[in-house]
Amino acid sequence: MLERTRTPVSGRHDCHVSIRNLHKAYGDVVAVKDVTIEVKPGEFLALLGPSGSGKTTLLMAVAGFDFPDSGRIEIGGQDVTWMPPHKRDLGMVFQRYTLFPHMSVLDNIAFPLRMRKVGRAAREERARAALATVQLEGYGDRTPAQLSGGQQQRVALARAIVYNPKVLLMDEPLSALDKKLREEMQVEIKHLQRELGISVIFVTHDQTEALTMADRIAVLNFGELQQVGAPKELYEHPASAFVAGFIGETNFWRARAKADATAGDETEVELDGGDTARVLATQAFRRDQAVQVAIRPEHVKLAPNASGMTAAIDDAIYAGSITTLLVKTKGPTLRVRLSTPDEAAATTPGGTLSLTWEARHARAYAVS
Amino acid sequence: MSRRPSTFMLGGRTYSPAASLLLALPFLAMIVLAFLLPLGMLLHESLFVPSFNLANYEKVFDQAVYLRVMGRTLRISAFVTIITLLLAYPLAALMARTRGLLLAILLLAVLLPLWTSVLVRTYAWLVLLQRNGVLNDILFGLHIISAPTQFLRTEGAVVLAMSHVLLPFMVLPLYAALRAIPNDYVRAAQVLGAGSLSVFRHVVLPLSLPGTSSGCLMVFLLAIGFFVTPALIGGPQQMMLATLVQQQVTELLNWPFAGALVGVLLLFVLILVIAFNRVVRLDRFVGQV
Repeated sequence: MLERTRTPVSGRHDCHVSIRNLHKAYGDVVAVKDVTIEVKPGEFLALLGPSGSGKTTLLMAVAGFDFPDSGRIEIGGQDVTWMPPHKRDLGMVFQRYTLFPHMSVLDNIAFPLRMRKVGRAAREERARAALATVQLEGYGDRTPAQLSGGQQQRVALARAIVYNPKVLLMDEPLSALDKKLREEMQVEIKHLQRELGISVIFVTHDQTEALTMADRIAVLNFGELQQVGAPKELYEHPASAFVAGFIGETNFWRARAKADATAGDETEVELDGGDTARVLATQAFRRDQAVQVAIRPEHVKLAPNASGMTAAIDDAIYAGSITTLLVKTKGPTLRVRLSTPDEAAATTPGGTLSLTWEARHARAYAVS
Repeated sequence: MSRRPSTFMLGGRTYSPAASLLLALPFLAMIVLAFLLPLGMLLHESLFVPSFNLANYEKVFDQAVYLRVMGRTLRISAFVTIITLLLAYPLAALMARTRGLLLAILLLAVLLPLWTSVLVRTYAWLVLLQRNGVLNDILFGLHIISAPTQFLRTEGAVVLAMSHVLLPFMVLPLYAALRAIPNDYVRAAQVLGAGSLSVFRHVVLPLSLPGTSSGCLMVFLLAIGFFVTPALIGGPQQMMLATLVQQQVTELLNWPFAGALVGVLLLFVLILVIAFNRVVRLDRFVGQV
């Protein structure tokens, strides 16, 4: 559906956003704590975090709706920290539908051009081109109320890109849509962004959405930047237990270091319940220090000949190509993902298993 | 896009047509007995006593004095509407962006006069504007005037006092309309390149139009039929329609002619309301946000 010809609307591929040491508190609550993020030209960056993580505060500061207590924001090399929003030349799509109800769809899209003193004929032509870009040709004369939620957000997107803004900001624009439409539009927005080559900062609390769309993801929690990286990097090498738990599925197992270790070592720990396992130390540990071992469901393997940790099968959840087992270990209940039918067939609820993992997949984090 | 439901909703419950009628019955009964019935009788007198004739209505339009009163009533009402709009809009805009104590104080300042009798508020203006009143004292003290100036019994004084009395009826609908505009619209306009003035002109003003028009309509209609303030502040030279009607009824006992005056006023008001609804098209905003 994206193969049709389009009038390219963009030209600027050189604008990067730089957020430096940004700090913002509301009374006693620190909303953003000394955050530094660089968004490269043409990059799709997702700000990911639970509610209250500071991701929206950060976006509001970039948009100019709120000013930081300290720190600096640059867009395309220009310091915009204190610049009012209408001078920043940004595009933005909001969580709520924000098409002006008293204007037609076409007038909505032409609005930013009108603010930029573009002539009537030119702005109508460009608005129509933008409408075609989001595949809503022929909807120009309707009022926003006559469109579905998904269509309204597409028009909002067209309105946000029609004037070739330096950067496109998106504040959970798909959260009001149902799952199927949301997934369609994720792909569509991603394609459009690549085609236009525009930098995007996309706020979301949905890790799947971030993984699907973003070139890089910045994970925030309680106002602090946890990690910035490509989706694969965050998934495979989470920098903290929070990131490990927030991105993808993870089992946590408390443990105690059996020896001193430095970051990157494979070392032995004593797991809760008494089993001993080899894990990867993500940071330096001292002997006997309390740690948390994070292991993905797909990295827990069945050990041959009962050589691993014993566990009882609580439940087996069949989902076509994969089966997820809930197994009760001597410690916590783990989720184990089996992707081959043979493996799955050999397991029945009530039976026992022997589990193992590769040390490099079991990442141990210090418990603070 | 859902049509308005035909049954009434209250707290999530839907009432049957019979129950709806029952709930509205006391109100409807009062409207019929205390409003429609006397009004009908008055209009009947103006048209059918002793037999069908238009003499009373011809009199309204034939004699210059009555047309002058009508013209003055419309002129004063228009001025009052414009002045209250100019006073109320900035205040309502401030109130819509305010929370907490300041909002409570502002709301109280708007509502308190409403809880005070119109008579009291009008007498307050008498105290301020009379020959040896506060305004004359101040102007005299500042050597702006050398002798007391006549403020009472001028059209300006009537407009001023009426604007004060009717201000809450402009502030409240404006406040409600401005408050209902989601801040995201303003933010969207800003980020799209609109400065404060453009945000106001292209977004806030058009979206507040239903509130603005209902406020204007309410103040204008109340002003047209206003009695106490023009009767006390104004003199015979500032007579408005309501005073004229009262005079016809209580002093001249000319009920048929009073009925004709009321009939003309009623017709004019109806035309105005219908025209307003056409122009503003309030229905456009139904079903959004």
